[in-house]
Amino acid sequence: ECPGTGSAQAGRAAACQGCPNQGLCAAGAAGPDPAEAAELRARLRAVRHTVLVLSGKGGVGKSTFSALLAHGLAADETKQVALLDIDICGPSIPKIMGLEGEQVHQSGSGWSPVYVEENLGVMSVGFLLSSPDDAVIWRGPKKNGLIKQFLRDVDWGEVDYLIVDTPPGTSDEHLSIVQYLSATHIDGAVIVTTPQEVSLQDVRKEINFCRKVKLPIIGVVENMSGFVCPKCKNESQIFPPTTGGAEKMCQNLNVSLLGKVPLDPQIGKSCDRGQSFLAEAPESPATLSYRNIIQRIQEYCEQQHFKEEKIM
Amino acid sequence: LAERSNLAGVRHILLVLSGKGGVGKSTISTELALALRSAGKRVGILDVDLCGPSIPRMLRVQDSAVHQCDSGWVPVFVGQDKAIALMSIGFLLERPDDAVVWRGPKKNALIKQFVTDVAWGDLDFLIVDTPPGTSDEHISTVEALRPYQLLGAILVTTPQ
Repeated sequence: ECPGTGSAQAGRAAACQGCPNQGLCAAGAAGPDPAEAAELRARLRAVRHTVLVLSGKGGVGKSTFSALLAHGLAADETKQVALLDIDICGPSIPKIMGLEGEQVHQSGSGWSPVYVEENLGVMSVGFLLSSPDDAVIWRGPKKNGLIKQFLRDVDWGEVDYLIVDTPPGTSDEHLSIVQYLSATHIDGAVIVTTPQEVSLQDVRKEINFCRKVKLPIIGVVENMSGFVCPKCKNESQIFPPTTGGAEKMCQNLNVSLLGKVPLDPQIGKSCDRGQSFLAEAPESPATLSYRNIIQRIQEYCEQQHFKEEKIM
Repeated sequence: LAERSNLAGVRHILLVLSGKGGVGKSTISTELALALRSAGKRVGILDVDLCGPSIPRMLRVQDSAVHQCDSGWVPVFVGQDKAIALMSIGFLLERPDDAVVWRGPKKNALIKQFVTDVAWGDLDFLIVDTPPGTSDEHISTVEALRPYQLLGAILVTTPQ
């Protein structure tokens, strides 16, 4: 049994003999060392709530959801929101937030996030590329290095909500962000899926990943959940939930279903144009769903805070 | 005596790529394999999506196990006439809900094994399904396949 590449036994357990990765694990290419951890803790001290948006499956709407979550939370002008895009190979957030072509500036206190609103700052590898078509063809260790830099060197300032958008999978980026953020406190993960079994089977793995690394799961969002034709008002299941959809999966795995969001072609359009779908289509059933889900996430985070304050 | 490479009998190798997730790479890989088989070709599929292997379910063999022979891993034979050879890490998982939470170096080691240690036999086409992104899996797969008949890549996208 592999003890896990991030565990203290990595590379040293009996099961590691003969594993091609043994040397690397034993060399401690795992989490941050104590000095780094202290640096990260200092930098992230002023972050009140952190939410990771995960999936396991690609193309289900993580980035779309992360962006709308950020917009939704930032609608309250008294809240400071930060959106961090750690999808190094396929950074979608700059385009979705209407920030393509923006550059990152350095100041004495670190890298400046790119601000969409006064209270909504964004960071992504997309801002570091000279052209949006440049491929970032990096192996794991280099990706980890950049993620660490994003956390250590970006001057986020005081933040009420840090939203972290992740790439699909359960790999370097996911391990690293959980390890580096252990320096601060992660409220939990929101897991996005679509209704069909081919997605759910990847999402179950993601739920297991969260449990393995002790990351609380705020809940699951079922995206692309039905389509209502604007002309005839008939509802179609474009991605039929052949095995019961997210609802059944959540029941089986004892996690919360935060909500279901229907397909609306306006969502894709707004993302392509870098506009907030919530603002462009306030009457859409999808907007209503998103707003309900965002509220539930907010309530979850505030409750955690309340619990902690009680303990203190 | 030099060992005959497991890929020596494969005439064409096709990579199915995207960059973007969820656009239909695995679906297209599967349908392409089935269509080529219908046209009478000998076909194999290599699923190198270690974190989200979708192909076994698409071909209804998610509960299959694999074993080894003298020349390496024996693929699982799928399709109506059980003539399409499939290898996926999905087959190596004890429980299908197990997350493969590996960092790059460990993924690279497995991909190298997959590419060179599967006893494909003689194939007209080997279709290689990849995960989204441009990272470890992609670099390792291309590196491992370079000495062989790499026909080229098909890129899948959606309109937005």
